[in-house]
Amino acid sequence: MEIIILILAGILFAAAIYNLLQKQLLRIIIGTGLLSHGAHLFILTMGQLKRGQPPILTEGKSDYADPLPQALILTSIVISFGVTSLLLVLAYRAANENNTDDMAQLRGDENE
Amino acid sequence: MIFTVIIPLILACFVPLLSKIKEKIHTGIFVFFIPFIIFLYFIQFIGSDFSPIAKTYKWIPSLGINLNFYLDGLSLLFVLLISGIGALVVLYSIYYLDKTERLGHFYVYLLMFMAAMLGVVLSDNVFVLYTFWELTSISSFLLIGYWHFNERSRYGALKSMLITIFGGLSMFGGFVLLSVVTGTTSIQSMIEQKDVILNSTYLPLILGFILLGAFTKSAQFPFHIWLPDAMEAPTPVSAYLHSATMVKAGLFLVARFSPIFSSYEWFFIIVSLAGIVTLCWGSYMAVRQTDLKAILAFSTISQLGMIMAMLGFGTKVAVFAAVFHILNHATFKGSLFMVAGIVDHETGTRDIRKLGGLVTFMPITATLALFGTFSMAGIPLPFLNGFYSKELFFESSLDLEGATTFASVLAQVIPYLAVFGSIFTFVYSIYLLFGTFAGKKHLDLLPKKPHEAPIGMLLSPFILVLGVVLIGLFPNLVNGTFLAHAAEAIKGAEIDQHIAFWHGFNTPLKMTLIVVGLGFLLVLTRKKWAGAYRVLPGKLSLNKLYDYILEKLDIVSQKVTQSYMTGSLRLYVAIILGVTLVVTFIVMLVTDGFNIQFDNLADVTIIEVSVVAIMIVAALATILAKNNVSAILILGVVGYGVAILFVLYRAPDLALTQLVIETVTVVLFLLCFRHMPKLRKRNETSGTKIVNIVISVGFGALMTLIGISAHSSKWFESISNYFIETSLKLGGGHNIVNVILVDMRGFDTLFEITVLGIAALAIFSLIKLKRGAK
Repeated sequence: MEIIILILAGILFAAAIYNLLQKQLLRIIIGTGLLSHGAHLFILTMGQLKRGQPPILTEGKSDYADPLPQALILTSIVISFGVTSLLLVLAYRAANENNTDDMAQLRGDENE
Repeated sequence: MIFTVIIPLILACFVPLLSKIKEKIHTGIFVFFIPFIIFLYFIQFIGSDFSPIAKTYKWIPSLGINLNFYLDGLSLLFVLLISGIGALVVLYSIYYLDKTERLGHFYVYLLMFMAAMLGVVLSDNVFVLYTFWELTSISSFLLIGYWHFNERSRYGALKSMLITIFGGLSMFGGFVLLSVVTGTTSIQSMIEQKDVILNSTYLPLILGFILLGAFTKSAQFPFHIWLPDAMEAPTPVSAYLHSATMVKAGLFLVARFSPIFSSYEWFFIIVSLAGIVTLCWGSYMAVRQTDLKAILAFSTISQLGMIMAMLGFGTKVAVFAAVFHILNHATFKGSLFMVAGIVDHETGTRDIRKLGGLVTFMPITATLALFGTFSMAGIPLPFLNGFYSKELFFESSLDLEGATTFASVLAQVIPYLAVFGSIFTFVYSIYLLFGTFAGKKHLDLLPKKPHEAPIGMLLSPFILVLGVVLIGLFPNLVNGTFLAHAAEAIKGAEIDQHIAFWHGFNTPLKMTLIVVGLGFLLVLTRKKWAGAYRVLPGKLSLNKLYDYILEKLDIVSQKVTQSYMTGSLRLYVAIILGVTLVVTFIVMLVTDGFNIQFDNLADVTIIEVSVVAIMIVAALATILAKNNVSAILILGVVGYGVAILFVLYRAPDLALTQLVIETVTVVLFLLCFRHMPKLRKRNETSGTKIVNIVISVGFGALMTLIGISAHSSKWFESISNYFIETSLKLGGGHNIVNVILVDMRGFDTLFEITVLGIAALAIFSLIKLKRGAK
């Protein structure tokens, strides 16, 4: 199953990168969203999938899923949420101020 | 000994204060005493029983870099030249530079240069020598650009800076190699270990690097091009730096290191060849110039080439002649520059085509010029020092032999080239003298009415010409007490050379007669053969090459930068990802990093596979989505899919968070979408599309491969057992993930909260603050 999840992560990465390389701001944000999903799945798989109980201590059970990757992913989810929402507002402002959301047109001055 | 180097530097700090009272007293009067006192201090060392003196002052002992000063005959010759001519030049500049000039700047630079030059010739430590060497380059740069409002000055200063610093850096490389090979930084200890250096495999590199430094500084072919452009400097500077002192730093360097290299045949070949070519080319080109200072500049180049050639010969006679000519050249060339300055100062032009017949107006200047030029030409008269050194030069050029074929051919050719160069030396010397002072008067062409210079201005050239005549009349005056020590320091053996005016009717004298005869003929027929310059150099010019290289460097570097710094973020992302992809892939392949095994895997179930399938479809659909809402919703599908996977993989907290956050994100996206520009079909060239596809698919594949390899090779046990065991005991909680987040790794959580806070503030300000609003 790990192989399949990793392939899924790879496809998420591929789709994310393809979106990142597009011209429109919205697509780029969608790309970052996909990229973080891929990364989370990646971290999860680096632990072990589907071994034992959820990591909540219960009487008489000793076999638990790896809690550390879960803690890491939780942190990462929150951070990527913060960044995504910032990006979203930034894109909104950038598109409004410059009257374009085309990356090919959003460039600095020649000698800046 | 160190105080002679330090004093000019310290006093340079006070010059700006002194120059504040320049309305009353010329700043140069205060400055004059410094070189004069140094000169008096060093003159006490002249004597037949002189032996080298060494002094050490600590600087960076841990690196073996100390202010080692070493005064031997060679250093003594140079320090006397530097301080003596320095004093005369300061004296001359008092009359040459007006009080309205920025005198403070001038004398600060000049004193800086003097200290640096004294440091160069007194240093025994290669790195200290290098430090002073670069200081001479910098102060020379400042002096050439003294009239910085003049475009030619700035050009000349930059050119000399680029060329001499280029050579200086190469010399530094040679020094580093030398100190690595010998394990010492002292030049004298290097000379003691010369066998180690001569047997080193780095020998050609060391020699090449050091000679490059010497040749650029001493304006040897083809690095001589900076010297004529340095003539934009005030004339005292040209007289001091570009005839008597700085340009001889390269000669000093070659002389200083010749005890090490002289037995290495390439030293003879390179140094003699460079010297003799420079001699011929410099004297040939000097005849063509129309500016007095340009003639003198090319003359300096050619005379430096002559001395360099003699240092390359390395025989006893040659070394002595080199030392002798260093002294002689400093006397007559210094005086000639000053004469040129006087002519410029009193007539307003240095163009030899406008000058002529000045002897009636300026009889004293003309007399001084006569002695200078005749000595430079090497005319056989018993009161001119140039004749003796030229005679010795011919004599030394005659008994050369080389071990290899090339060297022996060179040894055969050198006498002829020496005569050739000397003929042209004769021609430009006579041309310089008679073109300026004899012939027709062109008073209407002159900006000023010419008259004799003030006595103070004539004093310095007079003293130098006095030197010319004194050495000319009594050539053995300073032999045993002074020059012999210098020659001994170069050759490493005692040299007892007697100079006689009449030494029989031998080959060198015949050569001199040929030079005078043919030179005279060429002077008379100058108009007829001047067309030769249209053939050689014709359109060829090293200056053009230099300009071309600089221009091309500018253009090429601009083009290279512009080719990838296009301002397009997409291109940068593509480059970053592409490079990451290629480098990672190569590293993984080379280190055999791909390790794919299929054991220790969880079972595949229908539910998971169907979730995965939906997510794959959704991920690909984000690319194809045509409008905002569908794109946002499809992204949401992927997020909820991840949440379901979290559920399946026993991560309740993750699933919870993921669901909530995905919902909020989708809401956010939808909130924004009304204001966002619509998704449009963007036309891409198929090339870009293919590149994008290749990069993204490659990246995805690479990540999958890395993930599988990483999963296949687990090298250590997970540390999670510790968390599971101690969660309740130490953390007091049943939910292990939450205990990790707030207890065991609470720091992460603190800063993750900070990140959210910053994001919230940033979003708030982005929405609230408008451009231009106060």
